[in-house]
Amino acid sequence: MQQQDLSFVRTELEPARPAPAGDRGFVRWLRVNLFATPLDSVLTVIGLLVVAFTIPPILRWAFIDAVWSGADRTVCATIAQGGIQPDGWSGACWAFVNAKFEQFMYGRYTYSERWRVNLTAIIFIGLLVPLLVPRVPHKFLNAVAFFIVFPIVAFILLVGGWFGLDYVATSLWGGMLVTMVLSFVGISVSLPLGILLALGRRSRLPVVKMLCVAFIETVRGVPLVTVLFMASVMLPLFLPAGMTFDRFLRALVGVALFASAYMAEVVRGGLQAIPKGQYEGADSLGLSYWQSMGLIVLPQALKLVIPGIVNTFIGLFKDTSLVYIIGMFDLLGIVRQNFADANWASAQTPMSGLIFAGFVFWIFCFGMSRYSIYMERRLDTGHRR
Amino acid sequence: MKKLVTGILGSAALVFSASAGWGATLDDVKERGTLRCGVHTGLAGFAAPNDQGEWSGFDYDLCRAIASAIFGDPSKVEAVPTNATERFTALQSGEIDVLSRNTTWTLSRDTSLGFNFAGVNYYDGQGFMINSTKLPGINSALQLSGAAICVQTGTTTELNLADYFAANNMDYNPVVFQGFDETNAAYEAGRCDAYTTDQSGLYALRLTLANPDEHVVLPEIISKEPLGPAVRHGDDQWFDIVKWTLFAMIQAEELGITQANIEEMKGSDNPEIRRILGQEADSSIGTVLGLENDWVVKIVSGVGNYGEVFERNIGQESPLKIARGLNQLWTKGGIQYAPPIR
Amino acid sequence: MASPTSVHDREPARASWFYDPQIRGIIFQVLVAIVLVLVVYWIIGNTTENLRRANISSGFGFLNRRSGFDISQTLIEYSANSTFGRAIMVGLVNTILVAVIGIVTATIIGFIVGVGRLSRNWLIAKICTVYVEVFRNIPPLLVIFFWYLGVLAVLPGARESVDLPFGTYLNNRGFYMPMPVWGEGAWLVPVALVIALAMSFFVARKAHQRQMATGQRFPVLWTSLALIVGLPLIALAAMGFPLTFDMPEQGAFNLVGGFAVKPEFLSLYLALSFYTASFIAEIVRAGILGVSKGQTEAAHALGIRPGPTLRLVVIPQAMRIVIPPLTSQYLNLTKNSSLAVFIGYPDLVQTGQTTMNQTGQAIEVVAIWMLIYLGLSLSTSAFMNWFNAKMALVER
Repeated sequence: MQQQDLSFVRTELEPARPAPAGDRGFVRWLRVNLFATPLDSVLTVIGLLVVAFTIPPILRWAFIDAVWSGADRTVCATIAQGGIQPDGWSGACWAFVNAKFEQFMYGRYTYSERWRVNLTAIIFIGLLVPLLVPRVPHKFLNAVAFFIVFPIVAFILLVGGWFGLDYVATSLWGGMLVTMVLSFVGISVSLPLGILLALGRRSRLPVVKMLCVAFIETVRGVPLVTVLFMASVMLPLFLPAGMTFDRFLRALVGVALFASAYMAEVVRGGLQAIPKGQYEGADSLGLSYWQSMGLIVLPQALKLVIPGIVNTFIGLFKDTSLVYIIGMFDLLGIVRQNFADANWASAQTPMSGLIFAGFVFWIFCFGMSRYSIYMERRLDTGHRR
Repeated sequence: MKKLVTGILGSAALVFSASAGWGATLDDVKERGTLRCGVHTGLAGFAAPNDQGEWSGFDYDLCRAIASAIFGDPSKVEAVPTNATERFTALQSGEIDVLSRNTTWTLSRDTSLGFNFAGVNYYDGQGFMINSTKLPGINSALQLSGAAICVQTGTTTELNLADYFAANNMDYNPVVFQGFDETNAAYEAGRCDAYTTDQSGLYALRLTLANPDEHVVLPEIISKEPLGPAVRHGDDQWFDIVKWTLFAMIQAEELGITQANIEEMKGSDNPEIRRILGQEADSSIGTVLGLENDWVVKIVSGVGNYGEVFERNIGQESPLKIARGLNQLWTKGGIQYAPPIR
Repeated sequence: MASPTSVHDREPARASWFYDPQIRGIIFQVLVAIVLVLVVYWIIGNTTENLRRANISSGFGFLNRRSGFDISQTLIEYSANSTFGRAIMVGLVNTILVAVIGIVTATIIGFIVGVGRLSRNWLIAKICTVYVEVFRNIPPLLVIFFWYLGVLAVLPGARESVDLPFGTYLNNRGFYMPMPVWGEGAWLVPVALVIALAMSFFVARKAHQRQMATGQRFPVLWTSLALIVGLPLIALAAMGFPLTFDMPEQGAFNLVGGFAVKPEFLSLYLALSFYTASFIAEIVRAGILGVSKGQTEAAHALGIRPGPTLRLVVIPQAMRIVIPPLTSQYLNLTKNSSLAVFIGYPDLVQTGQTTMNQTGQAIEVVAIWMLIYLGLSLSTSAFMNWFNAKMALVER
């Protein structure tokens, strides 16, 4: 008789075994993402080689072999170049950036008055951050403070001449200060101006339309350098004798007009995307032209083109570096100018200074583009199919 | 467009009030309280700011001298840094009252650009500088055939360079830059073999290089470069003030009036000194210019005489150590010569 | 008792003429025109007055005067004895040179990076993303300085040039390569090249017709390549290789001989290409993402392999999305080439600026700049519009 021996029969499920080694975890990830096909493998190897040949030297240069502090060029030069570093050394000269940092921020702004720049910066940040964070209330008041009150306060603080503040000539301004002022004014002028130009271009009045088209197309067809030249060399000729502009103001006008032409085209794209029904709806409600634009069309159009608007802002921010051509020193200009300082002239100085400037520009531009993506998602009211 | 223009004009009128312009520069300067002086963006010894934004230098001291003559205070100067391109438009448009920026006096600038040169504060000539450790054996500009030469655009230098090489049947490779700093950086980096500009500029530049001893200025002078302050056409009074400020400084040196001895010189027995310093009873030595009669006293006590300014900024007391050379007084073998102040 | 008049009997409500939009429009425009004319009149008045006082003679006569300055890179004949007009011409040619070469390179890099960003290969996609995010967010001027001051300026000097293969050298004065010197009989080579090009064109048409008719394909690319490379080579051989090379050699100061690419050109070219490529990459990526996924799936369902799918199905459709923004990037690159003035590459702006400084004719020079750049922009747009029309979806 056969005895039913149940002692070898499992009473519970065997625990699931992990997937084969080649099909799970990191290995699977590798296989899917890096070695899916032979071509993929080749590409991965090429990519690894690229990384291996770029990243370690960059890290070595920027961190391991870098010089972080020092009094003059000797810390950043090899013995053969008259310095203290061993021959064949190559590393970033952050000591240069460190020593010149104040200049990079303020330019030659009067030394004892720099607290005014700092105060302006604090007010700027204090007003900007709440404006950018959607949850903070009182947006309207905040915007009024930021775009109307702040410029006046900043003007008084930075230029001086009132309320016992010493006058600081704009020719002394430089560095980050110039970059920020140019960008802020450029941005806050070019958006309204661009909207007006875009509306003008779509206007039914032929004279207005022609003027706007001529302005937009001319400005967009020429490089900013020539516009700045025009502002610096030709504007004085256009004005009556003795009437002059501050050079800084001329740069501001040049940059703002240039950006507004690009802004106008971006806004026009938004206006064209608004269905005709919206215009007709506004008309049938008896709204005036400005009412229908301001209340119906523009809010929708601007929302559609936020990425374009921010791209124009980014472009403007980057373009401020060109004012160097008319004798003003923005961040890049002042970094550039300091390469000529004999105390710091070394083979590593230009690269270090440029990478510092590039990093600052990058932070701002990257921040702006990320914020625009965030806003775009937030404002997306789901019209997309 | 309309909005733009009215906007521009409006803001200009609001923020930066227009000055009255031609014919009344002195009144403008007095009203403003400062002299707007166009200077170099940064040429060691001639006009350069330090890290705190305080300017100093030979050309800048001329601005201070003019301010002293007008206000009795050498600090009433607003330095407006200009590059080679925009210096002329800045003066033409009235952005600056006087251009004191090692500018060569030429016929075309005096006429077709509409300027008056108020004398020569530095007699200069164009030269070449090379790196003698990299290029041993080169001791004449005539050996530079085939060299890459750094030069700044928009200057008479650029034209002289072309003429000199063409005249000597040599060819060269121009490396042209817009700004002074770029040109220096390119020379320093070895982008070119030689650097050409006014010799004074070469000495100033040499000083700012990492290893000044490696660089030599070649002996050839290929051009005449009389450098001087310029003003706009159309305001003779202002032209006179700038001109005679320079002459007063030279005359003061000739008479031995210095910043240190100015007070005792006021009581001097020498009638010429008394006359210049406005110590005569019915003196009109300043009022004819629209200034106070002690304007020379103010200049000398504010900045010193020509020789003092020279030595302090670019001469033996400075790192540049430029010899007086042609800029010595006519009594000492140079050609600095001031018409009589009487 | 007054009978109520019916609505229809009443005169249509006549608003004051003041509220008539048409009349308002006309009045407004007349006002704008008057203000514009006044402003222009005012500016012209000021300008003529300023010019008269400054003794500047206006007009373009200066273009025929001797320039007196030299230019470092001249593709057309030029010397200090040439005219200012010629100098500006040299600048224009240099601008076009750097713009055209830059556009070609930027397009190639941009396409590679744009496609790479969409690659399923994680590493490649990340590398391309980093590239795009870095270059898109820094000023082009900084990229130019990076190449000029950071990379090319730290190369060894002329006497310690880096030897590269094929008789080329690299130093801080530029990149030197042998220059071919054509001997007698070399005229046959360009002739052969033209013939080869014509034949390739013909082959491509024939092959297309055959594919349409029979479905058979013909290796057009390889045949054309063979023709274009082979025919000139045969011509060269037939004439007994009338070709020598002018090799760069160490001179007193620089390498002499050969063909030298100046660092100014190199940095501008590299910077413009790398910078613009990051934008083109984004455009290409958007274009490819804009092609419906169904297209790819349908192609795969038909058994078309991924490579040909991309080449024959996705890219032709993506091109339609890509071309308009691509045009504006090309225009941007052309305009950004004016940054040459910062590093002393003798482009249109640089030579114009020198002319402006030497003659004082600011208005004329700026006018020339504007006209030329507008002309370049318009002709690029026109070409791209034509190309766009050709590429556009032809629907029945």
